[in-house]
Amino acid sequence: MTRLLVCPPDFFGIEYEINPWMRLNNQVDHERAILQWNSLMAVFERDIGVTLERLTPVPGLPDLVFTANAGVVVGKTAVVSRFRHPERRREEACFEQWFRDHGYKILALEPGLFFEGAGDLLGFPDYWFGGYRQRSDIRVFPILSEWFHREIIPLELVDGRFYHLDTCFCPLSGGELLYFPAAFDRYGQTAIAERIPPTKRLVVPEQDALRFACNAVCIDTHVVLPAGCLMTERMLHERGYHTHAVPLDEFMKSGGSAKCLTLKLDE
Amino acid sequence: MNIHQETIVLRGHIIDSLLLAKVLDIILMMGGTFDIEDVRIGKTREEPSLARITVRASSPTLLNDILKSIQPHGASVEREADCRIEAAPADGIFPEDFYATTHLPTQIRLNGRWIDVEHIEMDVGIVVDQERATARAVPMGEVRRGDLIVTGREGVRVIPLSRPRERDVFGFMESHVSAERPHGHVIADVASRMNRLREQHRREGDGCRVLLAGGPAIIHAGGRDALTWLIEEEFIHVLFCGNALAAHDMEADLYGTSLGYGLTAGRTVPHGHEHHLRTINRIRAIGSIERAVTSGVVKNGIMAACVRKHVPVVMAGTIRDDGPLPGVITDSVQAQRAMRAAIDGVKLALLVASTLHAVATGNLLPATVPTVCADINPSVPTKLADRGSFQAVGLVMDAASFLSELARLLGRPA
Repeated sequence: MTRLLVCPPDFFGIEYEINPWMRLNNQVDHERAILQWNSLMAVFERDIGVTLERLTPVPGLPDLVFTANAGVVVGKTAVVSRFRHPERRREEACFEQWFRDHGYKILALEPGLFFEGAGDLLGFPDYWFGGYRQRSDIRVFPILSEWFHREIIPLELVDGRFYHLDTCFCPLSGGELLYFPAAFDRYGQTAIAERIPPTKRLVVPEQDALRFACNAVCIDTHVVLPAGCLMTERMLHERGYHTHAVPLDEFMKSGGSAKCLTLKLDE
Repeated sequence: MNIHQETIVLRGHIIDSLLLAKVLDIILMMGGTFDIEDVRIGKTREEPSLARITVRASSPTLLNDILKSIQPHGASVEREADCRIEAAPADGIFPEDFYATTHLPTQIRLNGRWIDVEHIEMDVGIVVDQERATARAVPMGEVRRGDLIVTGREGVRVIPLSRPRERDVFGFMESHVSAERPHGHVIADVASRMNRLREQHRREGDGCRVLLAGGPAIIHAGGRDALTWLIEEEFIHVLFCGNALAAHDMEADLYGTSLGYGLTAGRTVPHGHEHHLRTINRIRAIGSIERAVTSGVVKNGIMAACVRKHVPVVMAGTIRDDGPLPGVITDSVQAQRAMRAAIDGVKLALLVASTLHAVATGNLLPATVPTVCADINPSVPTKLADRGSFQAVGLVMDAASFLSELARLLGRPA
């Protein structure tokens, strides 16, 4: 059974600007945010049957809700993130504590080597992709590759709006890839095309990509994604996936959506 | 040398991600060049690959800009150490572990900075002047006790030759020696270089010179007139030879023979074998070749042309020399020193019909000097290449044909 780490949005808000989506003058409607988060959790728990692990929110850490950036988990081993922006660095200790408390073995990257967890490391069972340049440092991937014995293909993120790999790239359980090619340069696009045949590549239109259609959570045949991405949903239906669209626009104010709000604990 | 370079390492899944291609493209797009020193491809999909790449740029600023642009893609500058230096234990003796040079452009890292080794030549050591932060090649015999000599290989780098801009026979920079190879285009390329170098020599003087090192077969084979013409027309600016070439050249002028053979009659003349001895004796009596020419005793030929055109001649003696002529240096180490002093500014070297002089000259020349070795005996260019002068283009042909054809292409009347 799938387990997801989540963090209630008790202290979620816009307190700084570290990506093009964040605007201090575009404040979060706190009540709506809580409602949206609760309905997302209801989809996971009730509709899909996922087990949720809830991290205790901490005042002053508004982005702790985005647990995708806690780190990356493989079996009972966790690599805790090292955030590029100082604003998020205080989250590292909270995530690390949670992993320790729950019996995970912690592998630590050397300081100064930025890595933003599952936000920048996604993939299929036998190989992964790593997003770099915006947040994570490419030098992390050979290290992780050695630790986890997985091939990691680095992809440069070239559009600041898609600052984490999980904002423009979503591997699906059937081997398909939901992605927005323009977030990558031609090397990245070619590298993706050489791994994933055309029939398995689902290209998200820009309109949906900007609603973070790719920031979706795929569990078996279920895909949970932000509301309003109709063309993407249609593509997914054609491939036999059940879609669950959840309004998450309060979190989009911070540059995050369904996937950013979760961290898969068991692969 | 104007080459600024740094070695970078790229590791990870750099092939399938096209990361290696991207980094190389960035280097080229920004105006740099690269050499891939080493690529190790992971044996399994999980195993990372590794590439070591030398990045070169025309200025330190450009090099820095390139490094800054490729670092976000994972390229890290290889950790480098200063070269090791040790004091020479005695005059004429290098420290045990001395670095032996090649004739390729070489740099050493001193106090964190890469500096060029001046006057590079093969099979010598490197002496460092720490105060001035300079380094130069030094032959074993010339090292003095206490000189700081580079040891080991750390902090020393050799820069491979870049392809010359001119797309002629020297562009390949590798010696193929074959008697079956057509010579025409090689000689034509040499001639066109010599034409350009003569213009440059007239503008720049000794900063740009053509060297010819030759043996006496030039005279015997009938190449004397062509070589004389090349010197008189200012195509050749330095001459290396031995006792014999000079002796037979002047014998030809004084007696019309070369080692006793009538050059025009084509047969031995009575007592002809004495001619070269009488020639040597005569010049010894006069005191110098220069005086023999200026006084009008020797009127024509190679030596006369050299004196008139102020072409420096280094004559290195051998164990079987008669005389020798005044000016022949009989101490080999001294002769090397004199040759070494004369190769500054050489932009083209012609090594014609002499095994010893060809190899000795080849040893002194940096690999950056285009070199032609013309000899009737294929083993000479081969030997030259085997001893490391891989940049020499070998021509298996008779000296006279080579020089005559060269002179003809450069405008000598038939």
